[in-house]
Amino acid sequence: MQSTILQTAAHLMVGLMLVFAVYVLLRGHHEPGGGFSAALLAGTAFALFAITEGPDQVRRAVRFRPGTIAMTGLALAAMAGLPALFMDKPFLTGIWWHQGPFFMGTPLIFDLGVFLAVLGAILSVLLALEEN
Amino acid sequence: MKTPLPPIERVPDCCRGGLVSSILPLLLFGLLCLAWPRVVQGNIFAVQWAWVPSLDLDLAFRLDGLGLLFGLIITMTGFFVSLYASSYMAGHQQLGRFFFYLHGFMLAMLGIVLSDNLFLLFIFWEATTILSFLLIGFDHHKTAARESARQALLITGGGGLFLLMGILLLKIAGESMTISHWAASGDMIRDHALYPAVFICILMGAMTKSAQVPFHFWLPNAMTAPTPISAFLHAATMVKAGIYLLMRFHPLLGGTSLWMATLVIIGGTTALWGAIQALGPCDLKRILAYTTLMALGVLTLFLGGRTVLSLTAAATFLMVHALYKAALFLAVGSIDHQTGTRNLDHLGGLVKSMPLTALAVAAATMSMAGFPLFFGFIGKEIMYEGALAEDMFPVFATVATLFANSLMTAVAAIIFITPFMGFGRQKMDPVKEAPWTMRLGPAVMGLLGIVFGIMPEWVSAHLIQPAVFSFQPDREEIRLVFFHGINLPLVLSILTLTLGSVIYRYRTFLRHRMNTAIDRLWITTPGLYQSGLDNFLRNAGIFTNTIQNGSLHFYLFIIILTLVMAVGWVWLPHVPGILIFPVISGPLIAIGLFAFILASTGVVVFAKKRLSAIGGLGGVGAGVALTFMIFGAPDIALTQLLVETLTLIFISLVLLRLPPMDAVKKRSRSRTIRDACLSLVAGLLLTTLMMGILQVPLDRNLTAFFEANSYIAAHGRNIVNVILVDFRSLDTLGEICVVVLAAWASVTLIRRTKEG
Repeated sequence: MQSTILQTAAHLMVGLMLVFAVYVLLRGHHEPGGGFSAALLAGTAFALFAITEGPDQVRRAVRFRPGTIAMTGLALAAMAGLPALFMDKPFLTGIWWHQGPFFMGTPLIFDLGVFLAVLGAILSVLLALEEN
Repeated sequence: MKTPLPPIERVPDCCRGGLVSSILPLLLFGLLCLAWPRVVQGNIFAVQWAWVPSLDLDLAFRLDGLGLLFGLIITMTGFFVSLYASSYMAGHQQLGRFFFYLHGFMLAMLGIVLSDNLFLLFIFWEATTILSFLLIGFDHHKTAARESARQALLITGGGGLFLLMGILLLKIAGESMTISHWAASGDMIRDHALYPAVFICILMGAMTKSAQVPFHFWLPNAMTAPTPISAFLHAATMVKAGIYLLMRFHPLLGGTSLWMATLVIIGGTTALWGAIQALGPCDLKRILAYTTLMALGVLTLFLGGRTVLSLTAAATFLMVHALYKAALFLAVGSIDHQTGTRNLDHLGGLVKSMPLTALAVAAATMSMAGFPLFFGFIGKEIMYEGALAEDMFPVFATVATLFANSLMTAVAAIIFITPFMGFGRQKMDPVKEAPWTMRLGPAVMGLLGIVFGIMPEWVSAHLIQPAVFSFQPDREEIRLVFFHGINLPLVLSILTLTLGSVIYRYRTFLRHRMNTAIDRLWITTPGLYQSGLDNFLRNAGIFTNTIQNGSLHFYLFIIILTLVMAVGWVWLPHVPGILIFPVISGPLIAIGLFAFILASTGVVVFAKKRLSAIGGLGGVGAGVALTFMIFGAPDIALTQLLVETLTLIFISLVLLRLPPMDAVKKRSRSRTIRDACLSLVAGLLLTTLMMGILQVPLDRNLTAFFEANSYIAAHGRNIVNVILVDFRSLDTLGEICVVVLAAWASVTLIRRTKEG
């Protein structure tokens, strides 16, 4: 779409939205948000980018193929369940590590997997529709 | 000066991948040979791991005499076929795939004969069906190959379903799923009310796999596969899986008059019908396929008996047949490979150009015809003894065996004399002998036919008896010997050879007669199969075109109509009691939102342009999201808002591809009214349903649990997210898989519409 205002605004917006998506992803455990919402947000950002600059630019910016992103997400989510198996707990049980000020758990990895899977799915449909 | 050959003509003599991968069957054969002496002494090798204990499914393997006999046949032919294929298939595009299927099939077949758990056996059974489908249809660019593959899959796969049913019935009848536990409980099953049903189901499985009349026709058609496949699957191993099944079930189900009568009649009919039809075709491979039918029929016939004699006859003939038939198939493949044809009318005088192959074929056909000194002779003697000792219909069994064997003798003569000695109608181009990889298999197997024929006592003690003992508990010793003295079987053997030569003499006349007679048959199973399949496909087409007519409007109509009928049927009588006019209360903003959503809906319904309709939809979505926000569900509100936004973007992208609304044909008035009525009823139904649900007090048990445990157990304060990624994360994993799959499906659809 040829619109200078939209293009200029989009350049600013897309970056902001992507940063916000990461924020939403990370805050999800305690506040509204999470992997799914973050993926929708990032997907919207890329949709905006695709409308203003065209799908080729999006492909270049993302670098990885959407299918690869989705598959990585599924693999991450599935692998997040493995540590529990090694500790003789049911698959996908949340395992947490406390290390000084750091606090980290498999649910975060799982949520990251959800984020990538949904984002990959959105991107693949979006780009297929845009590449007319 | 020598000019080098152009590169296209230089097809390699054999491919290295095939040679290397033949090590696998050789290795397995070696392992079985290591175990062999112990098995002969009566030892049994067994291993077992639990797999799905709740289903009685264990990874249980057991090597006994019967498993050993089959295992040796499978791995030996597997080795020769793999070696052979490395030359026969050289230069083919998809060699990797070929050898993968081939060895996969071999392993599945070994799995059948070694598994001790009935469900495990079934899994391997299905694996052979699928791999056989892939191998028959290996040249998938040919229509004939695809159709034959489908036919084999439908018939053997259907039989597999029967087998599964039989297994489940057996389980219902209280039988153990471990095969080695059966010996003790045969009487219980044979007296059980379910016995006939179990018997028929198992028999159907065996009949379809082993190509018994009336399911025989897939086997000759399967000859469209490359020759190594035909030799391996459709002569030596896969078609024997049904025979193996009957042998394994013999101690459990065998010995009743139902078993004996059915098997003898079916086996005898198959043997005769196969042998008669073998005279018909000119294609060497088809001839061999029909003789395989005969052999399978004879095996079934002998498994119908319950004496040790007839069962020994079955086990012996199994070996005889595997040796000569695999050798012949491979040799016919060599002829085809070297001359470019396997039509009897075009072949002749090959003995000069392919002397070594000719020698191997001579040995194999002599064994097939049953000349003394060959293993086939031993087999034939014991067959006549076995047939005479049948409990049911011994006369029919003997006569059927006699005729089938005579026809076999004649066919053996045709297979050897015509291509190698006779003179083809056309002058043939000079032919080269096949490479060593293609000669080794037929030569060794032909030679074994002679060696075993000279020393039958050894074969009997080391192979046949251990095999028979493992499914025939009466340890009566039947020794195969070279010469029994002058008795009825010997007379019958001589009669067979005489009758065979007479048939050979009149073969052209008989072939002609036979072909016209078969053409005149007004009902045949292949015909029934074809018309059944055609009708099925036609009706499926009609059905699909009616239901899936491509109109999104129609699909939505059907979906909503189904919902209205299914839910309304139960719910509508309750509606009057539920339907109360809501009291206007709550915050003022909620009332404003309600008005906003209503107005947006109005826009959707009455919009003249698609873009405004979409704007209306967005308004409805945003209104709903705000409602969530007011009533304290920020997480859902956030997601709803984001989904709404993204959906709008997607819809507008799709919209660009649609023709403008004015250009679309105007809907008829009646259709608009119909749609409006349906929408109103659906809306009423859902609204009252929601109202009804709200009148029941909400069960807050789960909410309380999550509220209490979310932070303690999962270190998270956002309950929704904790449920998604921790408490119910397996569900989420499944959902994201669905999301990704759905995205891929849509991408495929979008690309296809773009191309089309």
